[in-house]
Amino acid sequence: MSESKPKKKFSRRKFIIRSAVGVGVLLGTGYVTRPVWRRSLAEMANSAEAPYLGDTESPLLWFEVSAENQVVLYSPKVEMGQGTFTGLAQIAADELEVDINKIKVVHAPTASGNIDGMSTGGSTSISSLWQPLRELAATMREMLKNEAARIMETDAAALTVKEGVVSGNGQTLTYGEIAKQVKEWNIPDTPPLKDVKSYKFIGKPIPRVDLADKVAGASIFGMDAAMPDMLYGAVARPSSIGAKYVSADTSRAEKMPGVVKVVREKDFVGVVARSRMEAENAKNAIIVTWDTGKNWQSEDIEEMIRVGKGEPYVIQKAGRAKRILDNEEEVFTAEYKSPVGAHAQLEPNGAVAYVEGDKATVIISTQVVNITRNEVAERLGLEKENVNIIPAYLGGGFGRRLHTPNAMQAAVLSKAVGKPVKCFFNRQEEFQNDTFRPPTHHVLRAKLGAGGLIKAIEHNVSSGDVMYGSPMVPALAEPILGADVGAWRGGMIQYRKIPNYRAVSWRVKLPFATSWWRSLGLLANTFAIESFMDELAIKAGKDPVQFRLDQIQEDEAGYRLKEVIRAAAQKAGWRDGAHNGRAMGFAASTDANTPCAHVVEVSVEDGEIRVHKVTCAIDPGFAVNPDQVRAQCEGCIIMGLSAAMFEKMTVKDGQLTPTIYGPYKMALMKHAPKEIDVVILENADAPGAVGEPPLGPIGAAIANAVFRITGQRLREMPLQLA
Amino acid sequence: MKISFYINGNAHSIEADGNTPLLWVIRDVLDLKGTKFGCGKAACGACTIHVDGEAVRSCSYSAKFAEGKNITTIEGLSAGDSLHPVQQAWIEEVVPQCGYCQPGFMMATAALLEKIPNPTDQDIDDNIVNICRCGTYYRMRKAIHRAAEIKNANI
Ligand code: FES
Ligand code: FES
Repeated sequence: MSESKPKKKFSRRKFIIRSAVGVGVLLGTGYVTRPVWRRSLAEMANSAEAPYLGDTESPLLWFEVSAENQVVLYSPKVEMGQGTFTGLAQIAADELEVDINKIKVVHAPTASGNIDGMSTGGSTSISSLWQPLRELAATMREMLKNEAARIMETDAAALTVKEGVVSGNGQTLTYGEIAKQVKEWNIPDTPPLKDVKSYKFIGKPIPRVDLADKVAGASIFGMDAAMPDMLYGAVARPSSIGAKYVSADTSRAEKMPGVVKVVREKDFVGVVARSRMEAENAKNAIIVTWDTGKNWQSEDIEEMIRVGKGEPYVIQKAGRAKRILDNEEEVFTAEYKSPVGAHAQLEPNGAVAYVEGDKATVIISTQVVNITRNEVAERLGLEKENVNIIPAYLGGGFGRRLHTPNAMQAAVLSKAVGKPVKCFFNRQEEFQNDTFRPPTHHVLRAKLGAGGLIKAIEHNVSSGDVMYGSPMVPALAEPILGADVGAWRGGMIQYRKIPNYRAVSWRVKLPFATSWWRSLGLLANTFAIESFMDELAIKAGKDPVQFRLDQIQEDEAGYRLKEVIRAAAQKAGWRDGAHNGRAMGFAASTDANTPCAHVVEVSVEDGEIRVHKVTCAIDPGFAVNPDQVRAQCEGCIIMGLSAAMFEKMTVKDGQLTPTIYGPYKMALMKHAPKEIDVVILENADAPGAVGEPPLGPIGAAIANAVFRITGQRLREMPLQLA
Repeated sequence: MKISFYINGNAHSIEADGNTPLLWVIRDVLDLKGTKFGCGKAACGACTIHVDGEAVRSCSYSAKFAEGKNITTIEGLSAGDSLHPVQQAWIEEVVPQCGYCQPGFMMATAALLEKIPNPTDQDIDDNIVNICRCGTYYRMRKAIHRAAEIKNANI
């Protein structure tokens, strides 16, 4: 199994497209509607990393040096638990040459001008800011040094900078002292960056910068925000799929205690009251007429989500997989399924808004600061520049806050009463109006060939949309790309030594909103493909780890994937088969160029699956904060386990249910593995994705272990023993 | 109605509808925002506080029952400047991710340690039944054991 290490680390730079807008960049090429073009676009979208789409040239938009010698870093990326604030502080501290404790990271309000053009999501915050933020920080350091030289009346070249103090020529000045005396800054050319090895904070397991506040209960989340003289709003939301607002009888609501105003708009009705409970009660007294369509049932949805229905798009093709699988004997076929999944983030959606004349201020947990701003501006007919979105800590994101019409609603209510209004969803509304992870159906076919290796393999996935319908995606994407990039994330065959392989994405438009859910299609697609790989390995009479290693191509991606597979197997002490009632299960995936492999150790007790230990190997390229890389792996493993083993929304009589935790079963403390062992490999020269890739393999790894104990092949999530 | 109680050691009298969940009194009247709203139906534990030392889900506890009671929220968990052992352990293990569920878990853990000073894994599984969507359970379990150690060493 040994393979010589490459002499130098792989450069990730070549993957990074630096010219334009993520998916948008892929659309720039003309004549792309032909299938072959679509396919190469799909391949590109699979490995391209979106550049950062905000300012990368103005240190003064990013940093503020206070007279007290503190540096405020205005982050255009939001903190939703993924640890981005900490990573950014580390990156800035090293190039700024200050202690990390001197840096305070805050969300950049849009009024600051430091606005992310895209979103916080896709596990790109650290990877896309790695280069620009180091350059910005280094430039800021030079600016401080140059100003010090001016104040000291000496040459900047004669000065040294250490821990926020500039010295030379027998004088010293702190950054704070320098900043106090600057009237106008000059921005020099970007200085050369330091050697990565010399960094004091980057690459170290620094405790989270938000740790003390979060442990004290002092962090302000969107739902904790307040403004003086604030009132409380509530908006009537539909409980039925596809319901459209028609009209409302508000006569009873208007007389309810505490009600300040009932607000009727063309598309919604809401109420403003003195307290949250009064607003909720009054909202419940509004009798709304909804135009509800069909009385949807789960069976209808299952009927729609079937490979063979909807629009097919070939997203990957090599050799003659279809011909072989259509015509030859001994083709093995298996089907897999995954359910509708809810985000279930703990903090509900909502906003605090204040519209004063031609200006608006909104405090909100959002992953799309810029889009939130534009939507508020458009609805209220305000100039974008006059709308200030102030992001607050997010009580979980997971993709749920990539669509924020609630900001606009709070603003409309505020305008109606001329006071700040706080308006939030309740939990039932959260569940009923979520933008769900779409259900999927997978058909896999394969034929084994010489030496028990795969001769041909095909993955078909049918899924509801993920990216289409999102305000983040340009309208142009749909006609050009066809397939939904989010739905087939993780849906390609990653064992490219196989001579013939093919992947097809079947697109279905569902009657309710489906969208981005942490890792998008990765969890379901990997569940299907990696379960199938396990079935094939067993058919071929091979060890499932070796079976995978043998079919991975010899290139950079292949090398990195093989390394995580080996590392996970070795660290876990991998062995096939059941021993003393326990068995291991294996699965691996690559997401956004980050390969990840899990070995799980499972038993079945009292008819229930128990996951005791997960060994995870991940190669994010380079770990800015190894402890937070670990935390993300742990979190992905537990969230993925929860989705794979317990979670499921169903459709009954036109409604999505359940609408509360508990009935919407999720992993609790007792379900979480007591041991999680994370091995971090760093086989590239820059940080890549971390916050989603470890979600990929968990479902399949558990199912593969369960098969070894019970002989039951569970091909549907949530995993349920017969 | 008028309701009087102690919160984090201070006497308070408020005017409120007695059926208002105590959570909203704590958050919106007393402006203590560390106690979180997650579900409003006693199903997630984000709103956990102590009432006379017992862990209580304040979203489902009417304000009128607080009359004469001693209430502790996350803001009052530590005594003065020294952190509560649970908070100290949470820092040592770097538990929080988004952090939204964490006050509820810390309050539930602090109440557990008063009853069971050295909880086993089974005790933890049976008693800590809040929800964390970020999946910090693994670190929380370590932190709960660590908190027990710190607390027992302090006695
Ligand atoms: S908010 Fe009280 S238990 Fe969820
Ligand atoms: S830390 Fe985010 S919900 Fe627990």
